[in-house]
Amino acid sequence: MSILQVKDLTVTFPGGIEAVRGVSYEVERGEVLGIVGESGSGKSVTSLAVMGLLPKNAVVDGSVQLHGQELLGMKEDDLVKVRGKSISMIFQDPLSAFTPVFTIGDQIAEAVRVHQKVGKDKAAKRAVELLDLVGIPNPNLRAKAFPHEFSGGMRQRAMIAMAIANDPDLLICDEPTTALDVTIQAQVLEVLKTAQQETGAGIVMITHDLGVIAGMADRVLVMYAGRPVEQGPVEDIYYRPRMPYTMGLLASIPRVDGEEGPLVPIDGNPPSPAALPPGCPFAPRCPMKVDMCDDEEPPLTPFGGGRHVACIRAHEIEHKNLTGTDVFPVPVIPPNEVVRVPRAERPTVLELDELIRHYPLMKGAVFKRRVGTVYAVDGISLDIAEGETLALVGESGCGKTTTLQQIMQLQPPQGGRVVVLGRNSAELDKAARKALRGDLQIVFQDPMAALDPRMPIGDIIAEPLRAHGVKDDVRGKVAELLRLVGLAPEHAERYPQQFSGGQRQRIGIARALALEPKLLVLDEPVSALDVSIQAGVINLLEELKNRLGLSYLFVAHDLAVVRHLADRVAVMYLGRIAEIGAVENVYDRPAHPYTQALLSAIPLPDPEMERTRKRILLEGDLPSPADPPSGCRFRTRCPKFARLSEAERRRCVDEEPSVARLTRAVDHGAACHYAEEIEVITASENQEEE
Amino acid sequence: MRSKVVFRRLLRNNQARYGFVALVLLVGLAYVGPFFGAYDWTDKDFLSFLSPPGGDHWWGTTSIGQDMYAVTLRGMQKSIIIGLLVALISTGLAAVVGAFAGYFGGWVDRVLMWGVDLLLVLPSFLVIAIISPRLREGTWLWFVALLAAFSWMITSRVVRSMTLSLREREYVLAAVYMGIPRWKIIFRHIVPNLSSLLIIDATLNVSGAIIGEAALSFFGFGIQPPDVSLGTLIATGSGNATGYPWLFAFPAGLLVALVLSVNLIGDGLRDALDPGSNT
Amino acid sequence: MGKYLLRRLAINVILVAIAASLAYMLAATTMNPRAAYEGRQPPVPEAVIDATLDAYNLNDKTPVLVRYATWAKGVVTGDFGKTWNGGSVNGEMGRRIMVSLRLLLIGTLLGFALGVVLGAVSAVKQYKFSDRLIGVSSFVIMAIPVFVLATLLAIATYNLNRGLGFTLIEYTGEYNPRLSGWDQFVNRLNHLILPTISLSLGSIAFYSRIQRNMMLDVLGQDFVRTAMAKGLRRRTALTKHALRTALIPSATYFAFAFGTMFTGATFTEKIFAWHGMGAWLVDSINQNDVNSVAAVTFFAAVCILFASFLSDLLVAALDPRVRVS
Repeated sequence: MSILQVKDLTVTFPGGIEAVRGVSYEVERGEVLGIVGESGSGKSVTSLAVMGLLPKNAVVDGSVQLHGQELLGMKEDDLVKVRGKSISMIFQDPLSAFTPVFTIGDQIAEAVRVHQKVGKDKAAKRAVELLDLVGIPNPNLRAKAFPHEFSGGMRQRAMIAMAIANDPDLLICDEPTTALDVTIQAQVLEVLKTAQQETGAGIVMITHDLGVIAGMADRVLVMYAGRPVEQGPVEDIYYRPRMPYTMGLLASIPRVDGEEGPLVPIDGNPPSPAALPPGCPFAPRCPMKVDMCDDEEPPLTPFGGGRHVACIRAHEIEHKNLTGTDVFPVPVIPPNEVVRVPRAERPTVLELDELIRHYPLMKGAVFKRRVGTVYAVDGISLDIAEGETLALVGESGCGKTTTLQQIMQLQPPQGGRVVVLGRNSAELDKAARKALRGDLQIVFQDPMAALDPRMPIGDIIAEPLRAHGVKDDVRGKVAELLRLVGLAPEHAERYPQQFSGGQRQRIGIARALALEPKLLVLDEPVSALDVSIQAGVINLLEELKNRLGLSYLFVAHDLAVVRHLADRVAVMYLGRIAEIGAVENVYDRPAHPYTQALLSAIPLPDPEMERTRKRILLEGDLPSPADPPSGCRFRTRCPKFARLSEAERRRCVDEEPSVARLTRAVDHGAACHYAEEIEVITASENQEEE
Repeated sequence: MRSKVVFRRLLRNNQARYGFVALVLLVGLAYVGPFFGAYDWTDKDFLSFLSPPGGDHWWGTTSIGQDMYAVTLRGMQKSIIIGLLVALISTGLAAVVGAFAGYFGGWVDRVLMWGVDLLLVLPSFLVIAIISPRLREGTWLWFVALLAAFSWMITSRVVRSMTLSLREREYVLAAVYMGIPRWKIIFRHIVPNLSSLLIIDATLNVSGAIIGEAALSFFGFGIQPPDVSLGTLIATGSGNATGYPWLFAFPAGLLVALVLSVNLIGDGLRDALDPGSNT
Repeated sequence: MGKYLLRRLAINVILVAIAASLAYMLAATTMNPRAAYEGRQPPVPEAVIDATLDAYNLNDKTPVLVRYATWAKGVVTGDFGKTWNGGSVNGEMGRRIMVSLRLLLIGTLLGFALGVVLGAVSAVKQYKFSDRLIGVSSFVIMAIPVFVLATLLAIATYNLNRGLGFTLIEYTGEYNPRLSGWDQFVNRLNHLILPTISLSLGSIAFYSRIQRNMMLDVLGQDFVRTAMAKGLRRRTALTKHALRTALIPSATYFAFAFGTMFTGATFTEKIFAWHGMGAWLVDSINQNDVNSVAAVTFFAAVCILFASFLSDLLVAALDPRVRVS
């Protein structure tokens, strides 16, 4: 018997915006239902509608039954007995989801006391127990802390503790790990599995991350434009998708175990819920579209084996056994001319030598004072050869953004050297610095924030040209740049708000290319984009690099994207480089325990591999960069350190390792006293036992 | 493009619409009204002192026989002009000082903010009250300058703190990395992106200045006779308000109406310019 | 922390010193205390005037810097000099601060408390009748300058009393000195009614707008949704989680208003004839009373700096995010 039964759920916002247009699903006890979709597909609105938490002006129709009891239209008096008791919800951003002025313990105890008749002391004790259950160290002490004093991962654990406080039958998780780093994500997913075992609850897992779903879900619902387009058991969806959108989605994700070759993007953008196309909403982007697709929207029809597909050509796909790469056009990317020259013979475009950047650590808004030093970047060295892409990866707080700012500022660094195209940043005068800026440009992470909302994009792209004294034919150059990044020159008059995320990122790239730079710094250029859009931008970057002979410094946290785009990779941890080398060396034979943990934490969009994989889980959070551990900075969380003998450990505690070349490889180094190359991405539990 | 959207939203906002209509009527009354009155504001009717509103003198007369209708409208003109000028100057000053302090930081910030603190600490009422009556031979423009000089500090602090966050925006960083000079970045990227705040602030400053002028004039520290403003009229009127209510009612009523309409527009603008609001 | 406080104190002392000195110089160079003696009948001999003014350190024949030095020396030792007619500025100030305190304390507290409550109600009932009523009323009240409002109240009371034939509500002065004991206390309260209304109406309107806007900002936030997802009623979630968080900015304003209230009620004091600090501001200017002008400035500056410190402290107390750990 199913716990939750949703039937023909529709949600309409004022102005006739249909955010959800007929969603039906069931969840059974102990079952995990994954709902995937890109932003705007209506997946979060669906879950809020189930909880009855949508703003009052939203019109909700259909039926939501919990244990056979209708929730829609229920009075508040009855609804409050269900919320938090039978159904709990875990939100995406745990910082804003906790009230900032109450302690974590109080907020969990409140959840207990709403539904259970217990005293204040008992509720507080229960809150501590729950915090302990989700793996928060010193729960007694931490219960008295305020939300802002918790790290992101700890907050999400606390959120889970609060959600399971009343032993719910159903947990709705709305992007529970999206705001977290991969190693923390792996921890939180583990906690979520524990919570499910503890309560036996059904879970609705909403996310855009196909890797997370592959590891967690029993059944999957794929949403597009407010409707489910495919639904079925997880293996069917991943290995035998029968709806072109699902097929495209799976083909467009870069994989950390992936092979070479361009990604397959889905052209166009998801439709705006205010202006849906007639017929199938995916038709305008679908390579398999026929005239009939525009006639009416195909209903979600049973397909056998518990599967449902909303596509009129589903049977044909089944029959011909088509996959995403068969259906979607695979782009052709011109080969790179520069890399034919051996790396050693190519000029170096960027060199960092023992770069150091420390910040004073200030505390208190009222009594502001310096309480210490943040060792944001603490001696890193790397170099980029012409035509090469070096990726700088690491989790938040590792110092990658600071490194990038130090390079972009072209000012004398606090310590060490920054050499761009052979020119030392410490020796530049004003004119030389400005000239050098033309050769060094940047593409930012957030395509929303990177473009001045009050300037038409033509002016935005022309800004660097004008700043560098280009006067003639600026308009022509802007048009040419727009064409180069795949936009129409007529768009120059429009404002950034009129473009989608992917298009804005292309505008940002066009602006960066305006001065024909030699080195482009890419600061997480695709992390804010949906996967189907992301693939197109990644391909564009690859194509531009090859065509224009650019070199990239690519800063990212997504190791799958890095594997796809980069030639070499440097892994940062707490302001130092942990491991550096050619991509195939670092990914296939990581030698530093941190790299190994990082790679093993990335979920693979492949249910079988993901479920049988051996995971290296890291303990705890990133230490504060203001107070890094002595010796090796990673030792406090290092799984290897835990296995070392007392005598061996001494070396880790006393001596800070620096990057040493590994004997077997040409381009591979790790900063670990006990470096040992192992394979982690595809390592499964079974292999270990053999 | 954006300004059109804002304007549409503004007109859809009831409050703002009423405010707008009221303001247009009031300004019309102040500038067109005098042409319909029988008397000039300098005229003195020696046959009727303190006569109540009636056929000849629509709004009655003062103790020296001035026509209240003409005098009040004249006072209103002055109040409107003072309000507009003060708002313009003080918002402009606030934007420039706040943006420079916030963007440059360091000693520029410290010096400018120290100046702001000092001006905040000085009792503006007292300083204007002492100086302005002594500028009799100077024009009322001096008074405007003084009012403006003491009404920009709070806004400039807000501008500064918003600049601090704008400074880290990626499009500003992008401009820095292009090699664009800093003062240009301030005027091209920072100030335009604060325009919502500045427009709202300027609007509310208009009503603030109108009240400020009236308050100072109430004690005789503002506009000096023979010139009149709503403040000076209310001051004379309030002394005799129980006996000759028309001396007080007309200027006070118009002042309240003026301030109210400007405030309504300001509040409507806030809604229209804030994309998060649900009007 | 000690070092920080010391630095802040030092900066504030300098600010106060500069503000008071500027005010003194301005007053001393532009004001003419001699006028009060010159116009007298019978005429006072110039030598006598000079001697009197010299005794009060107000003689315009003495170079202004010398007068300033004398004044500054006094201030450093805590003596603000003499008023235009020879009274002690210190004594006058002490008396007037107490008057202002008695007048303003109730109004300030009442204005804040009622304003916050009305603002919260308004936000919870957004777009309903009560919200519109509170909104429109506060807009109208905020558009009425306090001197118009006070005058209106005085007129209304005057007419009411006349209609009744006896004085139901007092509208001028602080108390009737002829009464004593319990009667005087009641009489004092009666005298407080009008000024308190005229003071608090404006702040009620002001705080209700602020609190409403802050509440609405907070209402849309995730943590209110979380509180409801836990199983709290909407009303409980709003009052416990949203109101508590949205109180922080209003409290900042309140702390500031509380600190500056002593000099902020000029109009109310003048119109209802209370001889407090605010009224002194106007009186001292009209009487060409240089030392009093400087003293008021000094006091106002101290109040403002104290107020900003108070509001910082209050924020720290209310908001754990900025608290010193």
